[in-house]
Order: sequence, then C-alpha cells, then structure tokens
Amino acid sequence: MSYIPNTREEQQAMLEHMGLSSLEDLLETVPADIRLDHPLALPAATSEPDLKRLLGNMAAKNKNIDSTISFLGAGTYDHAIPSIVPHLQLRSEFVTSYTPYQPEVSQGMLQAIYEFQTMVCQVTGLDIANASLYDGSTALVEAVLLALGPGGRGDVVISDAVDPQYRRVLHTYAFARGFSIKEVPTRNGVTSLEELDAAVSPTTAAVIIQQPNFFGCVEDVRAIEPIAHKGKGLFVTTITEPAALSILASPGAYGADIAVGEMMSFGNTMSYGAPALGFMAAKQKFMRLLPGRLVGQTIEEGGEKQTGYVLTLQTREQHIRRERATSNICTNQSLLAVGATIFMAALGKQGFRELGELCVQKAHYAFRQIMAIRGFEGAFSSPFFDEFVIKAPVSTAKLQRHFEQAGIIGGYPLDKSYPGMDNCMLFCVTETRTKEDIDTLVKILKEVQA
Amino acid sequence: MSVEKLIFEKGAPGRRAASMPAMDVPAESLADMIPTGLLREELAPLPEVSEIEVVRHYTHLSQRNFGVDTGFYPLGSCTMKYNPKLNEDIAALPGFARIHPLQPDDTVQGAIQLVYELEQYLAEISGMTRITLQPSAGAHGELTGLMLIKAYHQSQNEGQRNLVIIPDNAHGTNPASATLADYKAVEVKTDTKTGGIDMDHLKGILESHGRNIAAIMMTNPNTLGLFDSNIVEIAQMVHEVGGQLYYDGANANAVLGITRPGDMGFDVVHFNLHKTCSTPHGGGGPGSGPIGVKEHLVPFLPGPLPEKDEQGYRWEDPGPQSIGKVRANLGNFGVLVRAYTYIRSNGPDGLRHVAESAILNANYLKHELAPDYEIAYPITCQHEFVATAQHQKDEHGVTALDIAKRLLDFGMYAPTTYFPLIVHEALMIEPTETETRETLDYFVSVMRQINQEIRTNPEIVKTAPHTTVVGRLDQALAARKPNLRWTAGQEVTH
Repeated sequence: MSYIPNTREEQQAMLEHMGLSSLEDLLETVPADIRLDHPLALPAATSEPDLKRLLGNMAAKNKNIDSTISFLGAGTYDHAIPSIVPHLQLRSEFVTSYTPYQPEVSQGMLQAIYEFQTMVCQVTGLDIANASLYDGSTALVEAVLLALGPGGRGDVVISDAVDPQYRRVLHTYAFARGFSIKEVPTRNGVTSLEELDAAVSPTTAAVIIQQPNFFGCVEDVRAIEPIAHKGKGLFVTTITEPAALSILASPGAYGADIAVGEMMSFGNTMSYGAPALGFMAAKQKFMRLLPGRLVGQTIEEGGEKQTGYVLTLQTREQHIRRERATSNICTNQSLLAVGATIFMAALGKQGFRELGELCVQKAHYAFRQIMAIRGFEGAFSSPFFDEFVIKAPVSTAKLQRHFEQAGIIGGYPLDKSYPGMDNCMLFCVTETRTKEDIDTLVKILKEVQA
Repeated sequence: MSVEKLIFEKGAPGRRAASMPAMDVPAESLADMIPTGLLREELAPLPEVSEIEVVRHYTHLSQRNFGVDTGFYPLGSCTMKYNPKLNEDIAALPGFARIHPLQPDDTVQGAIQLVYELEQYLAEISGMTRITLQPSAGAHGELTGLMLIKAYHQSQNEGQRNLVIIPDNAHGTNPASATLADYKAVEVKTDTKTGGIDMDHLKGILESHGRNIAAIMMTNPNTLGLFDSNIVEIAQMVHEVGGQLYYDGANANAVLGITRPGDMGFDVVHFNLHKTCSTPHGGGGPGSGPIGVKEHLVPFLPGPLPEKDEQGYRWEDPGPQSIGKVRANLGNFGVLVRAYTYIRSNGPDGLRHVAESAILNANYLKHELAPDYEIAYPITCQHEFVATAQHQKDEHGVTALDIAKRLLDFGMYAPTTYFPLIVHEALMIEPTETETRETLDYFVSVMRQINQEIRTNPEIVKTAPHTTVVGRLDQALAARKPNLRWTAGQEVTH
C-alpha cells in the first residue's frame, strides 16, 4: 500500500513542467559510487488486509493482560482506562500535530499541556511541572543533571530501592557525563537511614529515593528529608506508581525539591512498556533550569487581549541555546500527557482518591491471604501501597512454572536484580484485579506448597 | 476569536466522569496499614467535572488544534507526512497494546519477533550492522550514539578525544547532545557556493585538532535540503584522524532506497521513526530514535537485544562492554509497531518511491516559488529547501515570521522559520511525498498572494493571523511573567 497520492503520470507531468525528464534528474547530487544499485532486501509491499492478518497473528502470539490475570507491576501498572480517554486523546487533530511552534493554530494541544502541568502540580504538591519527558528513568536523569548543574560533575546518592532499571540508566549517563553515584542499601525493604546519613556529604548534589519504592514499601520520607537536606543537595523523589499520590503524602508536603516519575499508567496503554510518560515537577526556584518544553499562559499582543497559551522560556532549549541548553530534549511525550490529563480530569478529585483506596485495600487483602499460606512469608514488615514482596518456599523459577501452567502471569522475580533475594517475588495488585483474581492466585500458591 | 475555559474553571463539587470497580475485598483502616505521618492530608484538588463536560472540553480543544489530517504542514526538517490509520489500528491490537514489559519472553513471542525483524529492516535501510531500538527520540539517539563513540574511543585508549565537529547548519540537538555527552562542539562552516561542508575549513580543523576529534555529526541531505556530494571524501578525512561519523537521520526520508548512510561511510546512524516511518508526532511526541552502528561499535550497544534461535525469540543481555541502558524497558514499542507496519506496507520499491516523491514535491515547490521568494541555494534540492524573506524584509519590513503567520489564515501550517541559522529570514519548506499537486499549487498561490500583499497591504501580513482562534500572542509577556499552571482564584485574563 502506497500513501503517495500523485500518480506516476502526474509526477511525470510535474517533472516536465520543470523542464526535467525523469526522477533520476533530481538525484544528480548523490555520487554514483554510493548509490544503491539494487532494491533494499525487505519483504515486498503488502496490502492493508494482508498486513492486518499477518500482524493480527503476530499480536495473537502475545499473552495480553486482558486475556489472563497478571500481578506484574515493578514500574508499569495496570490502571483501568475510561473509554472517554482514548476517544478524546486519539482525535487526529492531537495525534497528527507537531510540537506547537505556531501557537495560534495549536491552542488545543497547548492548553491541554498547560492543564497537564497544573494537574501534575496538584497531585505532587509542587509548584511547577514541565510538559513531559521520555519516561520515568530519563526524567530521573534530567533531575540529576539539573541538580549537578552545568559541567555535570559531582556525586549523587541513590537508594538501592529505586527501580533497578532507573539506576542502570543513571549509571549509563554518569559514564558519559562524568558524575559519580553512591548507592545506599535497604533495611526491611526501605532505605537504611543510617547508611543514607553516612553517604550524604557536603558535596552531594542530589539524594534520590523512590516513593513507594521498588519493593512497594513506603519510605519514611519525613525522616529522610532532613538527611537529604543536610548538605546543599536537592531531595529528589521518584514516583513510578502515581496512583499512590492519592493516598501518600505529596512530595511537596514532605519537602522534596523535585519529583520525577512515570505517568504512563494514567490513561495510556502499557504497550510493552512504552511509549511512556516521564514527568518532572519542582519547586518554583528551579523554573529556569527545567529541561524540556514548558507551556505558559499569556494574552494576545493586540485586539481583545484574549488569553492564549504558548511554549515559553525557550531560551533554555536546544533549538535556541544549542550547546548551552539545559537539556538536549526536543521530542517529548505530549500525546501521552494529553491522555493522562483526560484521565485525571475524568477521575477527578473523588475518583482519584477512590483509585488509591481500591489499590491499597486489594493489595493488602492479597498480602493477608498469601501470608496465611504455610511456607510463604512477607519479605518485609514495612508499610506498602499496592505492591509487596513475598518470600516463597521455592525458587522464583519454580513459581513461574506454576503460573505458566495455570495460565496466569505472576509477579516479578527479584533475584535477578537483587542478588541474595532468592525465592522473592514482587506482586502488584491494582484496582483492576478482582477478589476472584486474588483468590485464584492464592489457590495457585497453595498448590505450590502442596 | 474565542476562548475555551480551563477544565479547572468548569464543573461543580461532587461531579465526576469515571466510575471505579467495586470494593470487593474486606477493607481495613488506612491508618492501620500506613503511618498517618506518611499519608496525604488533603485530597489532590483535581477537577470535578461530569463525563459530558470532559468530552466537550477536550473535543473543543482538539478543534483548536491543527494536524496533518487538517491540512498542509510544510514544516521543514519535521517530515510531517500523512500518518496511515492502519498503523494506529495495528498498534492498538490488545496483543501489542496490552502487554507488560516484564512478562516472560515465552508470553511475548510476537512482540520480540516484531522488534527482531524491525531491527533487521532498519539495518538494511541504513546499511548498518546492528540496531538498538531503545532511544526514545532523535536527540536521545544522538546522545546514545555519542556515548557509544565515547566508549569505543576509551576502549582504544583514546579517551583524550573530546571534540565533536558540527556544521553551522546542524539541528540544535546536535550541539546539545554533544555537551550532554561531555564533548565540546566545534563548528564547521558551510561552503556558501555548494551548501555542503566547507572542505578547507574542515581540513583545517582536522589538521589542528586531529587526535582530539571524537566524531563529526552530519545530516545528509543537510538542513538546507542539499546532499553533500563530498561525503565520501569527508568520511575518509575524518576516519584518517581517528574520528567517527555520526549520521543525524532527521532527513532520512530523502535517501530511502537511493543511498545508505552506511555506504556513505557513517559509523552511527539514528532514525526518527516519527519522521521517516510516518508514525504520528502527537503534538510533540512520542517519537522513536533507534540507532544503527557498524561492526566495531556493536559490543557497546545498550541492552537487552532481541535474539532468535530454535527455541524462538528472546531478549539477551549485552556483553561487558555495553554502555548499559538509556531508558527503562525496551524502546517506544507502540511507535515501533507503527514503523514496522509502514515498512511492510511500502516494501523496498515503495520506500524508494517515497524518497523520490518527497524530492520531486520539494523541487516542484522550489521551482514554483522561485519567482516570488529568493531560494537560499538555487540548486537541485532533496526533500526540502530554504527560501529567504530577506528582500521582503529589506523592502517592506515584512519578516519570515509575518509570512508564516499569514499562511495560517489560509488553512495551512507554516514552514520552519529562522532555521537553519545561517540563512537570514529563513523559511524552511518540506512538503513530503504525501501531498497532491493541487495542494502544492494552492500553497504556491497563497505564497504569491502574500507576496502581493507585502507590496500593496503589508499591514495585513504584519498583523496576521486574522482567522485563527487567537491572534498573535505575547511571547515576551509569557517569558517575563511566566504562568505555567492554573491556581485557584488566579486572575482570569479573558
């Protein structure tokens, strides 16, 4: 299927109109010795109906979470998507637009992003937010780069209970940029306060935790805040499960300087993990240091001085500042931000709270039921939101085989990312799991024991 | 002119637009589960609106937005081609949209197969050895590529290489990415006759800094829309001093099936799948910026990478020299599904025809506009070209910005303005291959009319746009007194 509207005959007429005879005439600047002398070795063009069949079959080889029961979280969460979200988010005026460089014909996207920035502030309790970043892990990197300042040298302290993938990404950037990372171990599933205190020095640029952390545990952020702030460093909190913001104290309330994280699970499909929706919220004083796009409200230059929205503070950005930009970000995740905005508007003040209550109650029910099975125990006694770690009497590989036989997707095995955590699996229970789903999981685990 | 109130200014206490599943488990006291000091004290002040209000609000917002589906979008270097609906349907299949990134490999065989095959397609299209699909966008690909180059030089005990050569017409992301990778950008000038790299200047840079050159970053065709015919010689010169060649794939739409960065001599290439492979730009994202590398850089690729054996498809962790990981999970999978579908739709001949048609449309527009607007480099262009409004400014005080704004009144988006920086009053025009001759002719007729207006009634151009939902907005005020969020009780300006 070709999407080129002009026929070969029309194209020939266009060429002749210009006094040319063939398309080849337009390729004269491409030297002959680097011209491809054969067609690309790719499958032949395929029609729409044939592709639908072919890709439908390929998609069917994947076990999707609507066709099974899944207790996977670990950074990617299944929250119900109200029907209105995709119907509105996927309107083609949003989908097929570019970064809103011409604000007069991009008011829709600009206003939606302004609303997104506002809602991110409302749920995080911080003053300002940007228009989105690639994903939670790169949002964390951007927060660290902000904290390090120009030059990017210095050291940062990060809890071991921050998502292992995020830490891996941070290490990759540390290699390129030349900063150093100190990792702080956990105790009972939460960041060790003593070891955190020992790690933070006057030269520390940022102290990073995750709330709730990768084990699902709720960090004692009230105790961490003074330690994080004992030097000049910034207190950065990472949020991969934003539903927890409806129940737990907001980063603004506990004194975080910057909150970053992942909001894909608000209104967007998980699509094998991405495209995702990184966000960054911060205290007002960091406004001119923020990476990425920012939308601001303004008024018309003339006429009725009516309200409108524009990309603003662009002198921070790569297309103006080039090598001195605050970040190299150009593309962000606008369309996913629109999805999250509609999601939060739809749930609203009350629904957002109910979402969190459902998650926390269902997860605790599941935890109690599993704890009642002989041989299974909670790995930690720290409080948690909608994820928890279970230590099983058998290996996680064996557990996985049981789940596979039962046709469900279990939790996330922790032994690969955390050597020493043998037999430990991270289970997530959101509002989309029913009591019946949980009871099924418990039944399967009982059979493991038997 | 009209205003749409913010969602926060709509609704009433108690309204809502989503229902929650039943609480079907016995509930316990929250305070028994989580210490009260760690709990939220007040509800987040999100809107309280009904379903009909949400639907009307965001429908209205969409109507206040212009996309490729609305009309012509000649935004240079952004490749605003048509986004096939088939690709959206495929990406939305539950087997692609509703899978978790940490599922066991044997439950996602179709997904791994797709990325495995897409990797092979992109390697073939670019002439590279291996691809990583991890980078989230072009700039992310640039940074990843530079990290690979850094790791490679270090492995050769050449860690002193700290300079990256970047042409003065390069995308802003190039120097910004170089800085982020802890390199220093060195600018190489454009040859004002050919529009390619000034070879003497390049020679001088290589002679004086040879052993400190890490790489050169190039776009070919470049942002002037011109193919640099010296590319093979440039590759030889840079390689001779031990530097690597980085290909910014923003303009790859012009080379599909015609020539390949790998054959030109590049060591690293990034794709912008949201440009070349027609995946929608979504108002600024998501994009996807896979990179391809030559053999010597493969060991440094981020992981995991898809592999295939008799058991099926699986993810394999990279070796010890890998730079690690540049984002969580495996890349913008939803975008990759669309790109895969696009490549399969077109096939090899179709992709070449995409490039040829993009080049034809650009040259046709250039030819038709030339009597009214000076073309910065009046030679055969590739997928785009740069016109200048310098005469219009000098003679009538009308700028490229004014012309861009006036275009909006005719139901079209504007070209990229004031870029590349080396052309004054630049209007960078990229029609793409998916526009009809009639659309191109209409654009030309409007541009001619605007040029007429500039002579007879310049005010109408200088005060444009006149038919959009808002007039020209006060950018200076927005930057001077930034208002980045709504707060309850804030002064409403409309």
